Amino acid sequence: MIAQKFEYTAPKSLDEALHLLASGAKPIAGGMSLIPMMKLRLAAPEHLVDLRALKDLSYIREAGGQLHIGATASHYDVESSALLRQKCPLLTETAAAIGDVQVRNMGTIGGSVAHADPAADYPAALQALEAKFVLQGAKSERVVGATDFFVDAFTTALEPGEILREVIVPIDDARTGTSYQKMAQPASGFAIVGVAARVRQNAGKISFARLGITGLSNRAYRASASEKALEGKSSTPADIQSAAALVAQGIDANSDLHASADYRRHLAVVHASRALKTALSRIA
Amino acid sequence: MDITLTINGKSYSQDVEPRLLLIHFVRDVAGLTGTHMGCETSLCGACTVELNGKAIKSCTMFAVQAKGADIVTVEGLASDGKLDPMQEAFWNEHGLQCGFCTPGMIMASKQILDRNPAPTEDEIRHGLEGNVCRCTGYQHIVNAVKAAAAGAGK
Repeated sequence: MIAQKFEYTAPKSLDEALHLLASGAKPIAGGMSLIPMMKLRLAAPEHLVDLRALKDLSYIREAGGQLHIGATASHYDVESSALLRQKCPLLTETAAAIGDVQVRNMGTIGGSVAHADPAADYPAALQALEAKFVLQGAKSERVVGATDFFVDAFTTALEPGEILREVIVPIDDARTGTSYQKMAQPASGFAIVGVAARVRQNAGKISFARLGITGLSNRAYRASASEKALEGKSSTPADIQSAAALVAQGIDANSDLHASADYRRHLAVVHASRALKTALSRIA
Repeated sequence: MDITLTINGKSYSQDVEPRLLLIHFVRDVAGLTGTHMGCETSLCGACTVELNGKAIKSCTMFAVQAKGADIVTVEGLASDGKLDPMQEAFWNEHGLQCGFCTPGMIMASKQILDRNPAPTEDEIRHGLEGNVCRCTGYQHIVNAVKAAAAGAGK
């Protein structure tokens, strides 16, 4: 399987990359989704700009009370980051659940998020974390929150010529517990359904809950009805079960040869319950 | 596009089309056919090589992306006629039958021990998720990685 002919540029600076993108080139990062699509000729970009060539775009650092992750940080960079393990363990846990080791060595957080595969793992965690995305064009940059960023299957708030330059996630205190639970498609490793939970307890009551769901519908989303149902509750098994039962409410569930819509909805409830229980058990 | 890469310590320069996959550079330009093309869809792992110390699937990377990189293939493991400990372990533990997946399995297995010298069985299996074997049922491969880990500790 050979891709159609294309031109390739390894840019020397972000400005050079943005200039080329503004004139119609397509960005490539790890290539873990784009290259298979090019080999199948589902994608045939005429000009690729290799963002991995920008060595200063793969940082992971803390600044201003938040965590900043450069677009080309690989899944392995995230999975093995001591800073993230300590301050945002939901992201390291999610990165470790992506694909396989070879994919995690090459694939990048920016590439995965910008590609917005409806079965990708990161979007669930980034919804639960209320992540912010720095989108940069040739002339300006803007910051978009996760709820507005993921628009539809393979569709994000990115405009032509813009790149996702950075992902920003918050640092939670010790009263917060998180977990990512998924049912993986055995061949590809993609999530048939994945649920990221982020809960905070105060004096025995749940004071804050965020649930990000991937794989179930066309885009990763926040299960707002479940979140509301949890707040103020004391996290008994019955409380968790009744909140998890609402996770797919109002969602048009995907159906394919791996899982019917009804089965996916069932999996979402089961995994929401597991993610919530695990997250609560991790509160220090 | 002119690129130069180092494979098993030797430098290779070639004018290539950007669409040339890294595995084709390794097999056809460098003539190192130990790296196998299996599924061609980045699922089976038979094409696994080490790129700057990281296991990657060479069927899912363009050679131009590896410009200047340091690559190790299965041919680069043995030295002076002496097998690498991981190769030795696959031999001793019968970690192969037909052998098609073996070069990729060995490269992925080396990555496991590079990052974690004493992995549990679960960690070994997690580290081999990107490699498919249709003969062994994996048990002997897992045993080989365990044996290599135990041997390396001695």
